[in-house]
Amino acid sequence: MVGFVIISHSKKLADGVVDLTRMMAPDARIVAAGGLEDGSFGTSYEKIQTAIREVYSDDGVILLMDMGSAVMTAEMVLETMNHLNIRMADCPIAEGAVVGTVQAVSGASMEEILEELATLGATPKIS
Amino acid sequence: MNTEKLIRVIHAIGEKIEAEKDYLTGLDNVIGDGDHGINMSRGFQEVEKTLNAYADKEPGDILKAVGMALVSKVGGSSGPLYGTAFLKMGMALKGKTDISIEDFLKALQVAIDAVMLRGKSVRGEKTMLDAMIPAREAMESAYQEMVGTTFHAEKDSVVGTDSTKEKDSAVGTTFHKEAALTAKVILAAGVKAAWEGVEYTKTIAATKGRASYLGERSIGHQDPGATSFTMMLEALEGAL
Repeated sequence: MVGFVIISHSKKLADGVVDLTRMMAPDARIVAAGGLEDGSFGTSYEKIQTAIREVYSDDGVILLMDMGSAVMTAEMVLETMNHLNIRMADCPIAEGAVVGTVQAVSGASMEEILEELATLGATPKIS
Repeated sequence: MNTEKLIRVIHAIGEKIEAEKDYLTGLDNVIGDGDHGINMSRGFQEVEKTLNAYADKEPGDILKAVGMALVSKVGGSSGPLYGTAFLKMGMALKGKTDISIEDFLKALQVAIDAVMLRGKSVRGEKTMLDAMIPAREAMESAYQEMVGTTFHAEKDSVVGTDSTKEKDSAVGTTFHKEAALTAKVILAAGVKAAWEGVEYTKTIAATKGRASYLGERSIGHQDPGATSFTMMLEALEGAL
């Protein structure tokens, strides 16, 4: 099953997004990498690495990031773990996590999930 | 610049960052998320811890270690950005035991290209690049100008010496002293241009980074990243 890592500057937000996915996909492989080691705002290279290892399998891991350094730090982690099957998704973090985990538990491949997630940003919520 | 001197320079940069920590955070409070000084200080504290193990390593490896420490500990955008810059400079200087000003300018260009790629940014977006790029350009011009004069001075100094051996050592000494002096003058030109770049960031709206959320309201405020880069360059110049 494809795994997920939620990367946010805020520990609470990352934990909350993981929590949100439990509604529809309680068995999903998903962990949070939010905030710095001491709980303050920021994105931690080490936390992201640890989180990836926690949910990794040959099916791959998808990273969902909020903004700025979350994206850049995720990129740097990918560069050092480039022998593994890890990708970043370009989508809203909460919606992406819910849609992605639902698909993952029903057996979708990493490519299928990434394709689906790529459409989320352009999907209107109103009208 | 050899390992010993590079370590001294990095200590000097760390001290500067520590001294300006509150000022940098203050700048970031206005147009960002108010953590630039805190983040940089946390990063350079980690660098300080790492440096002890590098007293006998080559300069390129030291710069790579500085980069990794910043990536690991900073927590904000300056982590991956400065981290990438130091890492790439370290890679560009691989195998060198003594960094010349020419090596430095080449490596700085590699670092700038890497920062542009990492941040998906160009000059004029109110970022550290607005200090880095003009600083490098000014240093390159100063270098080109001085290479001409140094070359002539060297040739003149050789005239009248009989033994080839003496000739070589005379040129060597002259060159070494001049190289240090040259580096200092070139760095000074870079620092001046970098501060001008910082001033320029006050006049433009941010289109990259957290400050871009403020749009036009970011005008009038200087960019914290451009400021911290300039301070680091200034610390380097001061430690030469």
